Amino acid sequence: MSDDEIFEKVQESLIEALGVDDDEVTPEATLVGDLGAESIDFLDIVFKLEKAFDITIPREELSPEDILTNSQYVLDGVVTADGMAELKRRMPWANLEEFEKSPKVQDFGNLLTVGDLCAYVGSKLS
Amino acid sequence: MRWFWVDRFTEFVSGSHAKGIKNVALDEEVLDEYQPGFPYLPSTVIIEGMAQIGGILVAEHFAFDKRVVLAKVGKATFHEVARPGDQLRYTVKMDGIQPDGATVATTSYCGDVLQAEIELMFAFLEPNRIMDGPLFKPGDLRAMLRLMNFFHVAVDRNGDPIPDYANL
Repeated sequence: MSDDEIFEKVQESLIEALGVDDDEVTPEATLVGDLGAESIDFLDIVFKLEKAFDITIPREELSPEDILTNSQYVLDGVVTADGMAELKRRMPWANLEEFEKSPKVQDFGNLLTVGDLCAYVGSKLS
Repeated sequence: MRWFWVDRFTEFVSGSHAKGIKNVALDEEVLDEYQPGFPYLPSTVIIEGMAQIGGILVAEHFAFDKRVVLAKVGKATFHEVARPGDQLRYTVKMDGIQPDGATVATTSYCGDVLQAEIELMFAFLEPNRIMDGPLFKPGDLRAMLRLMNFFHVAVDRNGDPIPDYANL
C-alpha cells in the first residue's frame, strides 16, 4: 500500500473518530492539540485503524504509559536518557526530536501527529 | 423510573451478536412528551436500547468482570421514526474487541423497513475511576436480565447455555 493510500485511510479514520474536516487532517497536525483528540478517542482511533488496515494494534505500541510511569525511565517528571532510548525502541516510527529537547512526561500526550500515525501503520503493514 | 429500553432479548450468542425487541407504546411518557402532538420514540432512547443490548454482549464476553460503559456513539442514522404500535427489532453485532473497550454495529428494523443504523463504542472503567466497586448491586443485573428473557436465549458459541455467572 502506498504512503498516499495509507494517509487517505488514516485521514478517513480520524475524520470519523474525531468529527474533524478533511483539510484539518494534515500530516503535521497533532492529534490532541490540533485535532482535539481526548483519551477515549484514542481507543476509537485504534478500532478504526484496525478495521481499515486489517491489523492488530496492541495498546502499549501507541500509548507507552508503562514507560512514562516507570521510575526507571522518569525522574522528576522528565524522561531520562534511558527512557528516551526505550521510547525510541518502542516507537521507531514516531518523530521524537522536538520532545527530546525537553522531554517532560506531561508534554508527551500532545506529541503524536497524523504523520506519526501513518508511519506507525506503514511499519505494521511492511 | 424504570430504564429498560429493550423489552426482550430474542437471541444472544456469546461474543458474536444479540437481538432484541422494543415495542413502542403510547402509554410511555417519553413518547407524547417529546414532541407533543406527534408521538414517536426519541432517537436517543433507541440508541440507549442498542447500548443496553450491546453492553450486555460486551460484558458477557468478558465474563461480567469489566465495568462496561457506553463511551461513544459513532455513526447514528435514523431512516424512519418509530411510532406507537411499531415493533422494533434490534440486532447488535460485535465489531471490535480490545482489552480496554469494544465496538458494536447495530440495526433496527420495523417490519421489513430499516429504521436505524448505529455504531457504538464501549469502554471499561478502570478501578476507582468515577466510582469504586461494581456498577450494580449484587443480584440487580441478574434480575434485570431475567426480566428481559436473557437467560432463555443466551448461548455460547457452541449453542450451549452460557455459564451461570456468580458475579451477576
